[in-house]
Amino acid sequence: MRDETIRLALPAAGEATERPISIAIVAMGGQGGGVLTDWIVQLAENHGWVAQSTSVPGVAQRTGATIYYIEAMPPLDGRKPILSLMPTPGDVDVVMAAEFMEAGRSILRGLVTPDRTTLIASNHRSFAIGEKIAPGNGIADGGAVTGAIGVAAKTEIIFDLNALAIAHGSVISAAMFGALAAAGVLPFSRDSYLDVIRAVGKGAKASVETFEAAFDRVKTGAADVAAPPQPKQAGNPPSPATPDPDLAALVARLKQELPEPALTMARAGLKKVVDFQDVAYGTEYLDILKTLHMADRNAGGGARAYAFTEAAAKYLANAMTYDDVIRVADLKTRAGRRARIETELEMSGGQLLQTTEFMHPRMEEVMGVLPAGFGRWLGGKPRLLGWLDRRVNRGRRVRTYSLPWFLALYVVGGLRGLRRRSLRHAIETAHRDGWLKAATDAVGTNYQLGVEILQCRRLVKGYSDTHSRGLSKFDKTLAAIKLVERREDAADWARRLREAALKDSAGKELDGVIQTIKTFA
Amino acid sequence: MAERSFAREVEDLRLGDGDTFRGEGILAITKALLQSGVAYVGGYQGSPISHLMDVLADAKDVLDDLGVVFQSSANEAAAAAMLSASVMYPLRGAVAWKSTVGTNVASDALANLASGGVTGGTMIIVGEDYGEGSSIMQERTHAFAMKSQMWLLDPRPDHECIVNLIEKGFELSEFSNTPVMLEVRVRACHMHGSFACKDNVKPAHTIKDALNNPKRDVNRIVLPPAAYEHEQEKIKTRMPAAMGFIRDNKLNEWMGPKHGKVGIIMQGGMYNNVIRALQYLGLSDAYGNTQVPLYVMNVTYPVIDTEVAEFCVDKDAVLIVEEGQPEYLEQAINTVLRRRDIQARVHGKDVLPMGGDYTAQVLLGGVREFLEKTEPRLLGNRPPAPDAAPVLNHPAVEKLKQVVPARPPGLCTGCPERPIFAAMKLVEEELGQHHVSADIGCHLFSILPPFNIGATTMGFGLGPASTSAFNVKADKRSIAVMGDGGFWHNGLTSGIGNAVFNKHDGVFVIVDNFYTSATGGQDILSSRAVNKRRDTNNSIVKAVKGIGGQWVRQLDRTYDVGKMRDTLKEALTTKDEGPKVIVASSECMLNKQRRVKPQINKAIKDGVRIVKERFGVDEDVCTGDHACIRLSGCPSLSVKQLDDPLRDDPVAAIDNTCVGCGNCGEVAEAAVLCPSFYRADVIHNPTRWDIFKSRVAMAVIGWLQRRRDRRRPALEALA
Repeated sequence: MRDETIRLALPAAGEATERPISIAIVAMGGQGGGVLTDWIVQLAENHGWVAQSTSVPGVAQRTGATIYYIEAMPPLDGRKPILSLMPTPGDVDVVMAAEFMEAGRSILRGLVTPDRTTLIASNHRSFAIGEKIAPGNGIADGGAVTGAIGVAAKTEIIFDLNALAIAHGSVISAAMFGALAAAGVLPFSRDSYLDVIRAVGKGAKASVETFEAAFDRVKTGAADVAAPPQPKQAGNPPSPATPDPDLAALVARLKQELPEPALTMARAGLKKVVDFQDVAYGTEYLDILKTLHMADRNAGGGARAYAFTEAAAKYLANAMTYDDVIRVADLKTRAGRRARIETELEMSGGQLLQTTEFMHPRMEEVMGVLPAGFGRWLGGKPRLLGWLDRRVNRGRRVRTYSLPWFLALYVVGGLRGLRRRSLRHAIETAHRDGWLKAATDAVGTNYQLGVEILQCRRLVKGYSDTHSRGLSKFDKTLAAIKLVERREDAADWARRLREAALKDSAGKELDGVIQTIKTFA
Repeated sequence: MAERSFAREVEDLRLGDGDTFRGEGILAITKALLQSGVAYVGGYQGSPISHLMDVLADAKDVLDDLGVVFQSSANEAAAAAMLSASVMYPLRGAVAWKSTVGTNVASDALANLASGGVTGGTMIIVGEDYGEGSSIMQERTHAFAMKSQMWLLDPRPDHECIVNLIEKGFELSEFSNTPVMLEVRVRACHMHGSFACKDNVKPAHTIKDALNNPKRDVNRIVLPPAAYEHEQEKIKTRMPAAMGFIRDNKLNEWMGPKHGKVGIIMQGGMYNNVIRALQYLGLSDAYGNTQVPLYVMNVTYPVIDTEVAEFCVDKDAVLIVEEGQPEYLEQAINTVLRRRDIQARVHGKDVLPMGGDYTAQVLLGGVREFLEKTEPRLLGNRPPAPDAAPVLNHPAVEKLKQVVPARPPGLCTGCPERPIFAAMKLVEEELGQHHVSADIGCHLFSILPPFNIGATTMGFGLGPASTSAFNVKADKRSIAVMGDGGFWHNGLTSGIGNAVFNKHDGVFVIVDNFYTSATGGQDILSSRAVNKRRDTNNSIVKAVKGIGGQWVRQLDRTYDVGKMRDTLKEALTTKDEGPKVIVASSECMLNKQRRVKPQINKAIKDGVRIVKERFGVDEDVCTGDHACIRLSGCPSLSVKQLDDPLRDDPVAAIDNTCVGCGNCGEVAEAAVLCPSFYRADVIHNPTRWDIFKSRVAMAVIGWLQRRRDRRRPALEALA
């Protein structure tokens, strides 16, 4: 630009700065963004304004992220304003996000700016496919969105509009309309909003209630509508008159043998282990935990808040409560389970519940329950095994609450007596011991590495193929850790390996890290 | 039966003198056709013009009153060929489709139509699916208009202007014996606006009149020597006639001051965003009072040389705002100015991007650069223009880039196509990866996570044809996927017929969900719904066998993942020669729910015994490995964090949007995943027998449960 132009003192043209009110609705297909758009247009038109809305339907509306855009302005002595067909970054008055990550996306599109934009967003999450398919925890960090909103929005109205809408038997669009009214960006009265909803007729009552609830929520800043209460966990038996004395003894032992930082985890662990098998199994848990804690103390864990013991308390419990047919059958036949489902389905008196389980037992599962010796013998007879597998290995639809099937499950669930002599138990125990040894060996020389090795247990989960894939990842990881155990940064590499293993199911990421390690180890 | 009823929109078609239409652009266009006295309308659905087809399909009464013939054409070529009714007869006709894809399919018929020319006004309404949110390749319809010499209308995004231009467009078509294209972009089609209506007009000459009084004229048929004559007619007669009509009727518009050192020439469709850009620069108000002369081309082909010359002659420079590439207008205008030796400098793609949406933001940059180069004084003291950069560069927002997950479109909750791809995944695990040709339709979402299946798409219905090269004996066979929409559009011949004739050994999966679902659920030949105005329920399997298919398997429940997997395996391994055709049929869940939900709710109210199914996950059985989600991607199958200190990873969870399609259970069973899934059957209005059975069972079960619980150690001590 030639610089004499800068010194020119020409004023900006008159009306130039006066622009229509612009509203962007960012949502996912099927969230009713279209309805909300129509309401806002109707609202503006009812006040004699010229309103224009645009959207880009088609494939985007099949659950993908999509955006609706509205501009509205009063006519000037009979002349219609010329309205734009898409939002301009830095020039949007209101952004309404029907989901929290979509609010984040709108910020990345530059639609939310501090000089202009009121952001109305629901902070509930609807997870994207990428977040759901990770074998580990792929859920995106909502904190980052909150942080960005802080710097981007002029005014922010953030709460769980979805929960509020559901609580009032309606959908999020009604709640957002209410929040918009309360935001007071549009110069229209509360009643004129309600008129628009009422004119629709169908489902108007619920919409109006939701609208009013959202409106008041914004005005008063009242607390969020609590999400539907978590139905109580399955398997909590009615408390008998006197608490189990043996168990009480274990709790006392736990308190005196373990350091404060590990207590919560150890208590949860003990509970899970005893619930899985019996009090004696709980004793075994505490015995092992005690020796691990000893190693922790000798390694100077005191300075590290006994992180090793705490990790041990957590992952030992998970290792000891492996998922075998006995556990599954037991969980499926508990009283609390049916209760939980009935609450989830919000069943009323007149209705009846029946459930069907989709089970596909293989000979492996059956062998797991057999006594170790017999199981191994059978393992050496491939032809017999094949013959048996053909009888067993089949998908079975189990009508849980029909007497015959329930009895079957009930019996299997009651096989705890056999469990500790079973082949599966032998295998699990051997695997467990190897893992704990590796951790204990490490913790003396490299404390953090010991902790990391314990945490690798997280890789072992799932059933059948998924389980064996998890196991092989676990073994790969521990083998790779062996390669670097002498290094200063062994713990970091262990962490990297574990995180990589949790990223994709095929284990490509993991193999990548292992390759890197092999280049220097 | 489309995704929804358009009864209300049909009412808008009845509006007349003195009424004001308020609604979507594409519906305004539909109304404009009736105001123009069309005798027949055809087309093929697809965003953004689907609603035109949907509304007319529901508007039988209105159309019958007017004596208008409406057809849902088999494909765009069929629609274009339909226009031949206007070659010999003074019949006004219109067709509509998604462009450029539809125009590609139609261009053979269009070229023939344009060569011979028309007697009655013919209009081709193309939904220009270009720019953000588009689902197709990024090209311009402009090229088709030029190559076949059809006039191209590109009206300002304003209902009044669009409607007026449609009426004028028919006159133009008749006056110049040339088909006219009306180009409307996606947002303009879905734009809410209003216009003052006129009464609908009955066609002066009807299809019936034409049938009863046949006419022919060999000179209108594309065959030498007539074909050569046609070209001369185009150049000597039709083009000049059209240019005269466009000039006399002022179809293009001048805005702003008559004179100025610089000016802007634009496609009509660009007008609104140009005004907004000028407003940001302080050169216009919100009502279009611009300080820069504008020449708005509501007709972008042909270019009216005299108008361009007149606009440019007194200017130092002009900016041409033309979306997409190549820059046909810029080239044409340069020619006009050079021939007349007019010195105005021509700017365009030098200050504006060659491709992509011309948003207000993009235009702001382009116009500003243009003015800085040519007339910086206009920019005055440069009032602050909107700018999101400071926010976008803030560390907190930078951080967000890594966090916000992509949210690609996917199959709906309960979609019958999901189990098909789950089965394909299972086969892939057993027999390894295969070459899979995908096709256009919802099933194309298979190329995205979690399925990641499908290597190419070559156009609607061409999935099977695009495997035709892979016709050799090898260890693996090619797999082609095609929807029922694509099958009837052309896949029956181009795909199956082609494979039969050439003895192709590949596997061909036809996904039959009873509608063209991706375009909004319109009926097709094989739709199962009874449709009074159409002949439905024509079997795909019969068609395939009729064309010579030998190895054909029909699956009537796609949700049977096990059977689906086994059938696929058989197809991939069988010794039989020739194409292996699998027809997988289950109704589109979106449409099914719309149909069934009200019925069920009514039945429950009326006290009828109804069993409602829904799926669930036992969270204490689920280990949180998410293998099930990697084989599903159903929106209602998600994850949730448990408040259990022993758990690191979230477990699978099914929300109350589940429609109980069965996929979860089937997959868990077929893939031997895990026993966490259960189907909950809730019996509404149970019979006495139901209640008795359940009472007895639960009495025994309750007793057993209490018995076992008594033996459990009381965990309260640990709570």
